[in-house]
Amino acid sequence: MAKRYDAIIVGGGHNGLVCAAYLARAGRKVLVLEKRRVLGGAAVTEEIYPGFRFSVLSYVVSLLRPQIIRDLELPKYGLEILPLDASFLPLPDGRSLTRWGDWERTRREISKFSARDAEVLPEFGKLMVHMSRFVKPLLDMAPPDPTSFDPRELARLGKLGKSFTELGPDLQRLKYKMLTMSAADFLDMWFESDELKGVMSVSGIIGTFLGVRSPGTAYVLLHHYMGEIDGVFRSWGFSKGGTGGVSLAIARSAEAAGAEIRTDAPVAKVLLGGDAAEGVVLENGDEFRAKAVVSAVDPRRTFFGLVGKEHLDDETITAIGNYTYRGSSGKVNLALDAVPDFTCRPGTGPHLYGDIAIAPNVRYLEKAYDEAKEGDFSSRPYMNIVIPSLSDPTVAPPGKHVMSIFVQYAPYHIKEGPEQWPLRKDAFGEAVLSTLEEYCPKIRDSILHMQVITPWEMEQEYGLTEGNIFHGELSLEQLFFLRPTAKMARYRTPVRHLWMCASGTHPGGGIMGASGMLAARELMKAGGV
Amino acid sequence: MPLPTPFHPRTSKLCTSLLYKDWGGYYAVCAYGTPFDREYQAFRQTAGLIDVTPLMKYEVTGADAGRFLSHVMVRNIVKLKTGRVTYCCWCDGKGKVLDDGTVTRWAEDHFRVTSNSPALRWFQNAARGFDVTIEESTDRIAVLALQGPSARKILAPLTDPDIGSLRYFGAMKTKVCGIPVEVTRTGYTGDLGYEIWTKNDHALALYDAIFSAGKIHGIEPCGLDAMDVTRIEAGFILHGIDYFSAKSCLLESQKSTPFEIGLGWSVQLGREPFIGSAALRAEKKRGAARALVGLEIDWDDLERLFDEEGLPPSVPCHGWRDPIPVYSGDVQVGRATSGVWSPILKKNLALATVESAFAATGTPLLIEQTIEFARRKVRAVVVKKPFFDPERKRS
Repeated sequence: MAKRYDAIIVGGGHNGLVCAAYLARAGRKVLVLEKRRVLGGAAVTEEIYPGFRFSVLSYVVSLLRPQIIRDLELPKYGLEILPLDASFLPLPDGRSLTRWGDWERTRREISKFSARDAEVLPEFGKLMVHMSRFVKPLLDMAPPDPTSFDPRELARLGKLGKSFTELGPDLQRLKYKMLTMSAADFLDMWFESDELKGVMSVSGIIGTFLGVRSPGTAYVLLHHYMGEIDGVFRSWGFSKGGTGGVSLAIARSAEAAGAEIRTDAPVAKVLLGGDAAEGVVLENGDEFRAKAVVSAVDPRRTFFGLVGKEHLDDETITAIGNYTYRGSSGKVNLALDAVPDFTCRPGTGPHLYGDIAIAPNVRYLEKAYDEAKEGDFSSRPYMNIVIPSLSDPTVAPPGKHVMSIFVQYAPYHIKEGPEQWPLRKDAFGEAVLSTLEEYCPKIRDSILHMQVITPWEMEQEYGLTEGNIFHGELSLEQLFFLRPTAKMARYRTPVRHLWMCASGTHPGGGIMGASGMLAARELMKAGGV
Repeated sequence: MPLPTPFHPRTSKLCTSLLYKDWGGYYAVCAYGTPFDREYQAFRQTAGLIDVTPLMKYEVTGADAGRFLSHVMVRNIVKLKTGRVTYCCWCDGKGKVLDDGTVTRWAEDHFRVTSNSPALRWFQNAARGFDVTIEESTDRIAVLALQGPSARKILAPLTDPDIGSLRYFGAMKTKVCGIPVEVTRTGYTGDLGYEIWTKNDHALALYDAIFSAGKIHGIEPCGLDAMDVTRIEAGFILHGIDYFSAKSCLLESQKSTPFEIGLGWSVQLGREPFIGSAALRAEKKRGAARALVGLEIDWDDLERLFDEEGLPPSVPCHGWRDPIPVYSGDVQVGRATSGVWSPILKKNLALATVESAFAATGTPLLIEQTIEFARRKVRAVVVKKPFFDPERKRS
């Protein structure tokens, strides 16, 4: 007789671990099964080159819910967030624009491009913070069902309606605009400097297969004003030891509460008894039984992989089939012998301590998207670079550095077909390096090791379907009570006792942990465990 | 990181305390020595020299400059004569104050506006339809304030033409020891004093000329801490402390009209409409909900409360600016936003915003005072501002 659990979590990414930790703290018997040797999923640190610890995929922390940090006592289990306090935009013409934690300094920098923009930025920020007061509570609640007549659902909807009404007519109208406009068009309403608009607009497209001029991207800008650490608005940070540090802290917290976590334990199938999940079977044939199975992998992998189409009705098959992924990004991680030297701002310094954007203007970004639409990676991509070793001595040997480069666009669906990505991988890496070289001419000389991760590898190795870093597009039609589908927006699935808890559920996206927490809460509320 | 002002090579040598703060992105000396009593006394007894370069400055030029400023400001600037300065505020369309500052008319078609926060965009947007150019000059004009009873004695002999006859709120172009400057008889201390404006290139020569000539008159380099004491004595409000710009407020209740911050006297309504005029007219008719008043905190009552704890009374020697509640009986009716123990008046003073019903001179109120970690209430009374108003300021 196999061992029995209250809940089995499939996938040891950060959301799976959060879910496990909450369940374990509530006294449930929990088992987490991770396919890979290491925990963390996309929030993982790996020593790819001796002495260098790469945040292989996800590389910054912003939206991790403060409530989760407190509830799970993550600092006690090793979580430390180091601040990212500058945002550096090198430009090909030798100028640069750095936004600092110091407002006056930022104002001076932006004034070099536009004094009017420098003045409007704090007003814009104030507005965004004000508007995010409406969105923020959504992150911490299971989405209400707008089609339901259940009084509890109506009450929850009413609460949302009330906070919307409280925004007042001007902000309500702005909200409608945010929901429908493109990031670049929305920024056009405030700013005039193309450089500033370029670097600000990328917040609307990260991880999506959309361009800065695609409708709907404005809304995502708001999420960036909700980035908070310890409840402080708009602060982004590195996790000490790489982003895997977040996952490991959650895992330790879960284990301390009694959760059992196994790595190198790939789940082959969800075991079904009639129309209900009863447990899982590993690829090696081991079986585990539980009252509930919670999938922390993405929806397509959950239903078409773990469950199997043969056990699903047509409606579910269609809904999951229509749920879009369209991964659009890749990652390049470098082990460096020295601090990179940017032509426009030579030498090391605090401008390198935060994030570095290769996003010189709106046109550049739109052009990069055009190439992706045609089924190719951008020859001159948008890149978001961080050098965590400047703040965190634990990730590289003394004097050496790790550079993490997020690269967009690298569409999963290249015209040759996604399975041909291995043949394009070198050319992709080369495009990234030659782009970087335009700003950092000597970068190649200091490279000790280069790791290139294409969307294909994200899927094959890290389990991110179609290489989508958010377990499915974070576009408006797949958010909130539509994530991942209208009928599955409450962490439940058509398969009884099978639940979902990862980024493919509300609110999804980024190292937030909210999906994991909300799923655990809903599961217990429903008496599922 | 703040920048040094053009006077930094001189002031940094004198600033032995190393106490600086960030003022509008510049290093500004808080106090040259500790304590700063000597600097305060210079403002009131001899003359204090303070670098006020960080004050934001805008040059407004063009045929419509006067008309434009009348449209933006609550005052009718068209009427301002060349060679005169005025103090006023400007509002948004709903009559809520955005900022306050001085306007100087240097020529028929040239004005200079000072402000506490960036205003270029606001001015430029308001300038549509006017033949006017607005340019920020903060970074190219260095400014010294020479404030105190001996200010004229120090400055007049150095100037040609002589500033000796320059009236209160007058402005003139002259030379200090050959250095081209502009002098205005203005300041933030409520005393006799001048502000001297020059191009950055001349900053150090100007500083040296005034400082060396001032030595026999007891000139002192002064910092912001001393000036803060004098500005409260003078009853001057501070943007971001005693009131907040409408553009930085998240709530309507955080915004203020000129009538609510004691600047109602500067609102000139009987003229062409200006930005916010309709709302201000309505407010004037209706009466403002709040008022910014001076409070004198009862020393005997304070002493009694300290005595109950077995302590001698104590007050901070610096100006304070953490808002504290003001009560009438048990009901909170406002807040005190800054205050100071006035060394010259020997009085414990505060600036407070209270509901209008409690704003009349002589109204008895209570102000919170923490003594030995316990919150107490001490008696205070509404008094007229300025608290300190020497005749020499105007004469």
